[in-house]
Amino acid sequence: MESSIQVKDKKWANLADTLLNYALYIILGIMILVVIIIEPSFVSPKNLIKILSQASTRGILALGVAGLIVFAGTDLSAGRILGACAAVSASMLQSVTYASRMYPQIQEIMPKWVPFIIALAAGLIGTILVYRKTGSFQFWIPLVTTIATGLYYLFSSGTMTIWLPLLFSIIVGVAFSLLNGFGVAKLHLHAFIISLGSQLIAYGATCIYIDSQKGGAQPLASLDSQFIKLVNGSIPINDSLNIPYLVIYFALCSVVMYIIWNKTTLGKNMFAIGGNPEAAEVSGVNIVKTIMQVYLISGVLYGIAAYLEAGRIQSVTTNTGLNYELDAISGCVIGGVSFSGGVGTIPGVIIGVIILQVINYSLYYLNVNAYLQYIIKGLIIILAVSIDVRKYIKKK
Amino acid sequence: MFKKESDELSSEFVLEMIEIDKTFPGVKALDHAQLKLRYGSVHALMGENGAGKSTLMKCLFGIYREDAGEIRIEGKKVFFENPEQALKNGVAMVHQELNQVLQRNIMENIWLGRFPEKNGFIDNRKMYDDTMDVFKSLEINADPRNIIGKLSVAERQMVEIAKAVSYNAKILVLDEPTSSLAEQEVEHLFRIIKKLRDEGVGIIYISHKMEEILRISDEVTIMRDGQWIATEKAEDLTIQEIVKLMVGRDLTNRYPPKTNVPGETMLEVKNLSGRYMPTCQDVSFDLHRGEILGIAGLVGSRRTELLETIFGIRTRESGEVILRNEAGELHPVKNKSSRDAISNGFAMITEERRATGIFAGMSVTFNAIIANIIGYVKRGFLSTKRIAGDTQWVIDTMRVKTPSHKTPMRSLSGGNQQKVIIGRWLLAKPEILLLDEPTRGIDVGSKYEIYQLIISLANEGKGVVMVSSEMPELLGICDRIAVMSNGRLAGILDRSEATQEEILTLAAKYI
Ligand SMILES: Nc1ncnc2c1ncn2[C@@H]1O[C@H](COP(=O)(O)OP(=O)(O)OP(=O)(O)O)[C@@H](O)[C@H]1O
Ligand SMILES: [Mg+2]
Repeated sequence: MESSIQVKDKKWANLADTLLNYALYIILGIMILVVIIIEPSFVSPKNLIKILSQASTRGILALGVAGLIVFAGTDLSAGRILGACAAVSASMLQSVTYASRMYPQIQEIMPKWVPFIIALAAGLIGTILVYRKTGSFQFWIPLVTTIATGLYYLFSSGTMTIWLPLLFSIIVGVAFSLLNGFGVAKLHLHAFIISLGSQLIAYGATCIYIDSQKGGAQPLASLDSQFIKLVNGSIPINDSLNIPYLVIYFALCSVVMYIIWNKTTLGKNMFAIGGNPEAAEVSGVNIVKTIMQVYLISGVLYGIAAYLEAGRIQSVTTNTGLNYELDAISGCVIGGVSFSGGVGTIPGVIIGVIILQVINYSLYYLNVNAYLQYIIKGLIIILAVSIDVRKYIKKK
Repeated sequence: MFKKESDELSSEFVLEMIEIDKTFPGVKALDHAQLKLRYGSVHALMGENGAGKSTLMKCLFGIYREDAGEIRIEGKKVFFENPEQALKNGVAMVHQELNQVLQRNIMENIWLGRFPEKNGFIDNRKMYDDTMDVFKSLEINADPRNIIGKLSVAERQMVEIAKAVSYNAKILVLDEPTSSLAEQEVEHLFRIIKKLRDEGVGIIYISHKMEEILRISDEVTIMRDGQWIATEKAEDLTIQEIVKLMVGRDLTNRYPPKTNVPGETMLEVKNLSGRYMPTCQDVSFDLHRGEILGIAGLVGSRRTELLETIFGIRTRESGEVILRNEAGELHPVKNKSSRDAISNGFAMITEERRATGIFAGMSVTFNAIIANIIGYVKRGFLSTKRIAGDTQWVIDTMRVKTPSHKTPMRSLSGGNQQKVIIGRWLLAKPEILLLDEPTRGIDVGSKYEIYQLIISLANEGKGVVMVSSEMPELLGICDRIAVMSNGRLAGILDRSEATQEEILTLAAKYI
């Protein structure tokens, strides 16, 4: 099938190809270089770590949005969903000594009955799933382990449980994201439209929720100190260098997403549907199921990002999450996730998010006029993406 | 007694489709259609463009749902809701339109929908090995990790065939599998088909290439206007008879009489080479007024690339394209883009018309006139009357089967979509026509008409360059045949001296 004559070897053409393939990394390099030339003190491990940790919650959000862009869709509601999830997380995480907290009784119910009921439910669902998948006796494993965990929490001394709000945050994120998924997969709406609607719903719900506090609409603040530590703590490497937990969470999410995208049937099906839905259909791929699963994963990531964001900014208002989706989408497209679907990589998304943060931070670091920052940021996004798409334009 | 008979029947046929009806808005696509496929046999399904062949197969594969009728597989009544169920029940299909994910590689396309897994993760090793096994047994040479979008149409076609074979299905449907294959690949496909047939697979084979049908098939079913017309043993049929059954009238000659007389030189191509691989190299020829120049060659001999380089779709590295007007003056043209080429009087009908030429959601009218839209502006607005007139002209000359001018393009049959696109370019009234596989996927009756059209264009003094993989067609209507081999011109044969053997020898010259 291959014909084998070679035309004159064109070294420069190959070089150009290689340059294009690594265009993103080169852009990132050049940007850092420019900043260093202007301000040599910029490049310190501390600054770089700072950029990474600032990029992490939005990075996790972008990991969620990326899959939806691969479907040739998008998600305008990611930011508002994050806002809703963050409000839920924060409301459950207010420190017990704070007088005007949203749920005064929380430390009594939360550590006792709620974990037990959740454990019971998880155990049952796990059992059913395992049984349906294998049909074997192993189904008692999830049942027993989860009930045991539940019982332990029921009888253990009542300290604040900080992981439960994460669960609720994820549930809220998944609910909204599945609404989007339903619109795309079942109602055949474009993701732009359905998420345009759902972001309003999410925003309205957040406002009502925050407004429903006894003292009226006030920021959800004074969060539990244990939680703050969990989010903002870091692992000391040496005197001057700490690795923030946030960066580690981002890395973990990235690894999991990398595996899902590249090593599982779900990931491959996602790319196939994004690239050519008809081909996927005639090859026997269940399109509705795949789309719903990818949206579900996005919802989980939104929930995680929101939980961490609540801890990072330590005060959640109705405006939390505003425009985050734009950063996430910009990160994805800078990172080479194509809006026409079927193309994208997790490392690309990570680099994209980091490039965006480098722009943000270095403009701030160089003391550039705030309005000018917007213009420069806009130009760099356009430049980066237009260089990156070159590699998909077939030369003829 | 009765029961025994039905037992016998069910053991004879792997597939029975009985009295299938299917109506689309405005079209009765299937009207009591029927098809009975025996184990270990090749069954050709024939009919003009729009006869309902693909629709019948899509009903079988669960893409469409029939309005009435019964489908039995191995005697058992089945009903597939979607392709997934059809695949699981032993039906595999190569679709008329290549359904591939261009951004992904070969092996991911082949195993899509059934990736091998190990502990919940995709087993890339196994996927690679399995692909290699399939390729080896089918004697296909390709790296499973190559991206589909970078392959040629013929290579993609072979991958699609390999994919269908890899399902190990009881019933294999091939809907125009050879439309973009050259002789050599067709032979290859036939070896594959014979092997599968001997293993007991029932194969349904749809094609518009008559010679193939009689060579490969055991039985032939002919359809017309969605109805079953006849089922016969292939050995009892001749091409003449099949054509007659298909079109419902006698069609004595496959090729119209050649009345065109080549005149002066109108185009010189000198040492033309393209810049980016794959491309043509150092190609020189000239074209006369009123001449039909055929271009033969194997798949991958870069005939398409040659046309594209002349037409400005591909970047020219060196060489010249020179127009000579009636007074004998020479005008070198650059053809930097297709727009440039069109204004220089060129038109090109591309090989992959379905992928590159069709606005699927738009009407037949829109698709027919879009290349020429400026021509319809009258006092700043489009003249509806002239548009309607020209659309009708396209429908008439190309014999397009469509319920109305407003019908969206996607609901036309594959062959009819192609006819509209060809008509679109004829409307542009070019001086030099570059045709890339102009009759691919088009039924015999309409082929004849396209040949007639080409000859009458030549009679008007236009120059026609025509790439084709069907040698009888080249021999039938061309004045000269240029043979390409591996990107270079291997030789030009005159109509009087050209034979199939000679073309094939030349085609292998630079390999
Ligand atoms: N999705 C659809 N919607 C409306 N009409 C359709 C649709 N698909 C097919 N048709 C119509 O049904 C008829 C049969 O089409 P079909 O594609 O089965 O023809 P075919 O025999 O495969 O022709 P070809 O040789 O051109 O591929 C045509 O008149 C076509 O216009
Ligand atoms: Mg068809």
